[in-house]
Amino acid sequence: MTQAVTISNINKRFGALQALKEINFSIDQNMYFGLIGPNGAGKSTLINIMSGLSHATSGFIEIMGYNVRSNWRKARQSLGVVPQELIYDSFFTVREMLRLQSGYFGYGTENYPWIDELIETLDLTDKTHENLHRLSGGMKRRVLIAQALVHKPEVIVLDEPTAGVDVGLRKVLWHFTQKLHKEGSTILLTTHYLEEAESLCQKIAILDKGHLVALDRTRALLEHYPYKLLNLTYKGHTFDIPGSIKSLIVDAREGKLTLKLHRIKDSIGAVLAAIHSCGIHIVDMQTIEPRLEDVFRDFTENNHV
Amino acid sequence: MYNPRGIISLFLKETWRFLKVSIQTILAPVVTSLLYLLVFASVMKEHPAIYSGIEYTEFLIPGLIMMAILQNAFANSSSSLFQSKQNGSITFILLAPLSSYEFFLAYVGSSIVRGLCVGIGVWMVSCFFALLPVNNIFVIFWFAFIGSGVLGALGLIASIWAMKWDHVAAFQNFVILPLSFLSGVFFSIKSLSPFWTKVSFFNPFFYLIDGFRFGFLGVSETFLLLSFVISALFFLLVSCFCIIMLETGYNLRT
Repeated sequence: MTQAVTISNINKRFGALQALKEINFSIDQNMYFGLIGPNGAGKSTLINIMSGLSHATSGFIEIMGYNVRSNWRKARQSLGVVPQELIYDSFFTVREMLRLQSGYFGYGTENYPWIDELIETLDLTDKTHENLHRLSGGMKRRVLIAQALVHKPEVIVLDEPTAGVDVGLRKVLWHFTQKLHKEGSTILLTTHYLEEAESLCQKIAILDKGHLVALDRTRALLEHYPYKLLNLTYKGHTFDIPGSIKSLIVDAREGKLTLKLHRIKDSIGAVLAAIHSCGIHIVDMQTIEPRLEDVFRDFTENNHV
Repeated sequence: MYNPRGIISLFLKETWRFLKVSIQTILAPVVTSLLYLLVFASVMKEHPAIYSGIEYTEFLIPGLIMMAILQNAFANSSSSLFQSKQNGSITFILLAPLSSYEFFLAYVGSSIVRGLCVGIGVWMVSCFFALLPVNNIFVIFWFAFIGSGVLGALGLIASIWAMKWDHVAAFQNFVILPLSFLSGVFFSIKSLSPFWTKVSFFNPFFYLIDGFRFGFLGVSETFLLLSFVISALFFLLVSCFCIIMLETGYNLRT
């Protein structure tokens, strides 16, 4: 089966700055894929190259098997991009803008029922005759999503769609993207909300300083993470804890300790015995499995290439 | 493969955009031309006729119509594209399967429509001052079409090149305005000193206005065929330059 997205040896330079270095990965069809990384990691640059807003210095990208440079019409037809910024054309109403956008992709009146469906699904029915500049930020975000979907693309790119959006709308948007995914769309999501990336995405790529530092199924990324956290509630003083144990402490508050243990090298039993031998009485303990945020931090803080 | 519906949609969007603010985009330039007419027609009433049997007002009106066409065609594409660049909404067009020449056709097509709307408006109000003869309607239409096409393309070039509104204004004030004012709108270029007369022959706007005036009055300062050829070549040159800018993604795609 054709890959939804193929990214091959992508390099991008802006003068002296190498924004992307030898990026290689592919996204299967009907996958919910997460692209995460700190600010300036190169996520938006990569999305811009996918969508034709930017040209790679070397390498190529294919969308549904269509090269974004040599077969750009079909590639763009297959791709819907929800941009990060709240951009809009202040001359038009919601319905006018959606119909125009549909027209840019070669659709005419036959696409109007789909536009109406999008309007209804995204809860924009009351706003169809409103000028775009009169809408709230959340409503503008919904219109951007509708604009990206107006030509029924197979691959949907959501570039930080929930930035600056309230909790309620975030939930609505995530629910909507899950619905699109269930209906067969391939989704590429970039977000700073790692909990959501963890729960939504089947596979995750982590970019840092233009490098691809991790790429795996979300579950595998978490399983291969070599650490877990141990939360302890105690009574007593921690002055006498040996240095070997102190080095494991990542958080210490009154009566509570959090230790980061290596799954193989650090034995919970040995750690507890060492603490107990210092006269500290452990009241409660809890082990916490790693979250995507821990994996993300580990990759982006330790992989300085 | 091409995208005719895409071109039509972008053309409609651009045309719809200026029609939504028609007071500013059509009525205001018509009123400005009316003021020019009021002032010049009364002040220059006694000006000796440039062509025998043709009053100065009759000489002036075709020039004013063409100047309004040129300036508004330029304003249409330059302001629309630059505004889209500034607020980021150009992204929606750049993401669409539209080629450089399709993009060009839609924007320039809309500039031509605005130029013609303003031109017809100025022609209508000028009837209160003088009823112009129509020597050849096809010649009038050809030069109005080519003129607004040239300026529509120049508007695209200016707005692609510009990084701020100041740059667009500079292009308009230091290139478009001098070229249109020094092209024989208000006077015969032969009334200038020999040096400036020669310089005026290098001004492509002169041929647009001279040919357009011929369409009404049946007289011109140079050969009509020469005006035809130079206008067409200038349009071709400006269009190619503009399409190359779009094709390379200069200042639009990074």
